[in-house]
Amino acid sequence: MIQVENLTKKFKDFTAVDAISFAVGAGEFFGFLGPNGAGKTTTIKILATLLRPTRGTARVNGYDVIREATAVRRSIGMVFQDPSLDDRLTARENLELHAMLYGVPRREIAPRMAELLELVGLADRQRDLVRKFSGGMKRRLEIARGLLHRPGVLFLDEPTVGLDPQTRNHIWEYIGGIRKNEGATVFLTTHYIEEAEACDRVGIIDHGKIIALDTPAALKAAVNADVITLQAEAPGEAVRAIREQLGLRAVLTDGVIHVPAGNGAGERLVPRLAAAVPALTALSIRKPTLEDVFLHLTGRAIREETAGALDRMREVRRASARRGG
Amino acid sequence: MQLQAFAVAVYVIWFRELKKYFRERTRLAAMLGQPLLYLLIMGQGLRTIFQLNIEGFDYLSFMYPGVVAMTILFTSMFASVSIIWDREFGFLKEVLVAPVPRSAIAVGKALGGSTTALLQGTILLILAPLAGLTLSANAVIQILPLLFLLAFAITSFGTMVAAHTESMEGFHMIMNFIIVPLFLLSGAFFPIGTAPEWMQALMKLNPVAYGVDALRNIMFTDSPAKDFIVYYPLAYDVLVLIVFSAVMVTLSMLAFNRIE
Repeated sequence: MIQVENLTKKFKDFTAVDAISFAVGAGEFFGFLGPNGAGKTTTIKILATLLRPTRGTARVNGYDVIREATAVRRSIGMVFQDPSLDDRLTARENLELHAMLYGVPRREIAPRMAELLELVGLADRQRDLVRKFSGGMKRRLEIARGLLHRPGVLFLDEPTVGLDPQTRNHIWEYIGGIRKNEGATVFLTTHYIEEAEACDRVGIIDHGKIIALDTPAALKAAVNADVITLQAEAPGEAVRAIREQLGLRAVLTDGVIHVPAGNGAGERLVPRLAAAVPALTALSIRKPTLEDVFLHLTGRAIREETAGALDRMREVRRASARRGG
Repeated sequence: MQLQAFAVAVYVIWFRELKKYFRERTRLAAMLGQPLLYLLIMGQGLRTIFQLNIEGFDYLSFMYPGVVAMTILFTSMFASVSIIWDREFGFLKEVLVAPVPRSAIAVGKALGGSTTALLQGTILLILAPLAGLTLSANAVIQILPLLFLLAFAITSFGTMVAAHTESMEGFHMIMNFIIVPLFLLSGAFFPIGTAPEWMQALMKLNPVAYGVDALRNIMFTDSPAKDFIVYYPLAYDVLVLIVFSAVMVTLSMLAFNRIE
């Protein structure tokens, strides 16, 4: 459904996407995981014909994103990071305008809208103005809108960013339902680990490059280690003690010490660590997550980077939306 | 197929503009309150100072077409401001990614803005007696399409500027630098002929001045003051506005086609 080859996008001197190649198969639930500014949104924008690539080719549903832009646009559904609903119209009106823009045949509009409103749990609110909706409801409405014209690929750009954890889980229940009922190929970007874990395959993207691409299970298997984290009153001393007494290279990030442990070795290491580290305050062991995969590959944690101007504008908008109720 | 998609997109944007207009009562009230303030306060205050020295011709009547044009100017510009916000956070993104020509946004916006401005202007016509004017049915029939044309010209112009502007702050800056001169140099408050030479030259470049002149052409056909306050033939005013609209709508269509 998606074939990308050698795709590059430069903004002046900054390379946002750096010669990436990947393919997504029909019906696949594919995710891009990476920190803010890694190039996820830029990639989605190129695939959705909103940006022209500097180099390389991309085909979506068999159409070239440069030469056959209109065909690409007709065949995809898009849910943007920021709401793109008209909040002074009702939920129903938003869907109707979308159906018109995408040339959905008139007699199909009503049953399709009813079906999707049901699917995202907004059937009873369809005649309300969108401005009265919560963030989560708006998101669900946008997802329904993206599916209205039965796209071959649905793009979800950070579908739960800015929502509280409870609402995020809620949205994911609906996305699960869509996966079952709609059968569309889904391309998702996220910087939330849990969301990436739910994908069929995940591409880990950092500084515009795909640094790993596989099923979540295979990615985690590649790390091949249990994750041991510990905290101590004197972290620097603890790191030294682990290195000298156990011969292990411990890493200190934000006051938390990570100790690498080959598969199965973790459990045997725990008592030895407890003995070696002076003034130990916390010690835990668990199986690796995609967060550890990212840490393993880049040496950094995925976390929010400093807010740009656009993020600040977003904040203002969210704040005013909250005030407006 | 492409043409049909274009027409549908224009309709969608136009329709949305009208829906929003009728739902926002406060905006409606504010847009009407402003010209009333001008007529009642500024007009009343200035009428004693400005003496046109024409028997039976009042300053309020002279100013009235200017206030109508001003309402069109503000409403039209207001309609185009929303483009910037919409493009980053709103509905326009939905249109940009839809399988429709993006130039349709420019046309839909211009038509939507002009329709709402026309409605606003029409309501103002009812206030004509306040300015001591009675408009014949014939005059009204000529005025309405003229208001639409003027609104279309200004909205297309505003849309063109908005298409080239990145931020809300930038747009407000530009608009203050554009709206105020357009308004002051329109001949709404003083006849073009009384202004100094250099100002007259600027007024010749101002599309709003042609709108005001056209309105006076129609409203004062039989007035003894006509020769003093009207500068161009009506056909010339209309021609200038049509050419200006055509150029602006073409430029904004091109600008939207280029948007990434």
